[in-house]
Amino acid sequence: MYGRKVKLRFFFIVLILTILALSIYLVLKSLEENVVYFQSPSEIKNIAEFKETKIRIGGMVKKDSVSINMNEINFIITDFKNEINVIYSGAVPNLFEEGKGVVAEGFLKDRNFFMASKILAKHDENYMPPEVKAALEEK
Amino acid sequence: MYKFFEPNKIFSITSRAPKYVLILFVIVLTIGLIESLILSPEDYKQGHSVRIMYVHVPAAWTTLGIFSTITLLSIFGYIFKLKNFFLISKSLAPSGFIFNLIALVTGSLWGKPTWGTWWAWDARITSMLILALFYLIYLLAWRIYENKEQVYKITSIITIFGIINVPIIKYSVDWWNTLHQPASINILSKSSIHSSMLFPLIIMTAAFALFSLLIFLMKYNTELIKIKNKGLDRL
Repeated sequence: MYGRKVKLRFFFIVLILTILALSIYLVLKSLEENVVYFQSPSEIKNIAEFKETKIRIGGMVKKDSVSINMNEINFIITDFKNEINVIYSGAVPNLFEEGKGVVAEGFLKDRNFFMASKILAKHDENYMPPEVKAALEEK
Repeated sequence: MYKFFEPNKIFSITSRAPKYVLILFVIVLTIGLIESLILSPEDYKQGHSVRIMYVHVPAAWTTLGIFSTITLLSIFGYIFKLKNFFLISKSLAPSGFIFNLIALVTGSLWGKPTWGTWWAWDARITSMLILALFYLIYLLAWRIYENKEQVYKITSIITIFGIINVPIIKYSVDWWNTLHQPASINILSKSSIHSSMLFPLIIMTAAFALFSLLIFLMKYNTELIKIKNKGLDRL
């Protein structure tokens, strides 16, 4: 139905797209460490060597773990398998809350202690009016 | 098939269409803005700042939709040698680029009150920035190259490279840890956004799509007039 040239061009495009997708996949796969925005506490526990560089740790703020004294705030980031203690002094974002997502940027002191220089709130994909939230909590 | 692509025939339709599209756009935008700014509830966690979503998300959807359309048209245009498809792509690109910038800027404005930062180099935000760069190169290519055959090939190549980025944008939040939250709207499963917030989101998306159509028609008419002035009767 179509000419030979049309078919040739079609297969050329398919070939290009396949090769491009494959190479991008391989590049991203090998750079995975840099693509992720933060690491989980479990990943921190399993790292072989400590680096002095700035890293980000993300997870949930453990319930009843936030304590504020003077101008310092302490809390625990958990991924429900492992935990890490975070010390931070400064303002936290409005959405920072116990039981919600958080990303802390800073330096590791040891496997259990993290000195944060910046706190970001990571919110989830749920959007609803306050009344619906209240009704859900009653259930 | 070629009869359909006669500039005069197309022009007789596209020159009259903008008027009606504009009226429809104004109506849909008015409903959308009233819904999203006044009638929709505030979020249980984010309060009123959730309203930025009604611009941010539709803008992001529109820009992704336009880039995908441009790529499909360019590939078909290249395979079947349909010049008209390239002109349609060229006319679609500016509004796609603008909505990309709007998505980035509103995302930044939304990020400050919610996450606590204007910008984060996470996978979703970075890949969206890369899409904006692809739009930019695409638009520049049309300006720089005079030779028509050359510009068709070059813009096709740019879209083929750029389209690889589109699934990366979509799935970045699932594949990697990102600061950006995962998708709330799922075709296959229940959406995690309440229906009272989903409705204005859809209306605003329709408004942005209509706006893109309006700008597209205006740009496309200009292209057709250029062809007519050159005395060519076929695209």
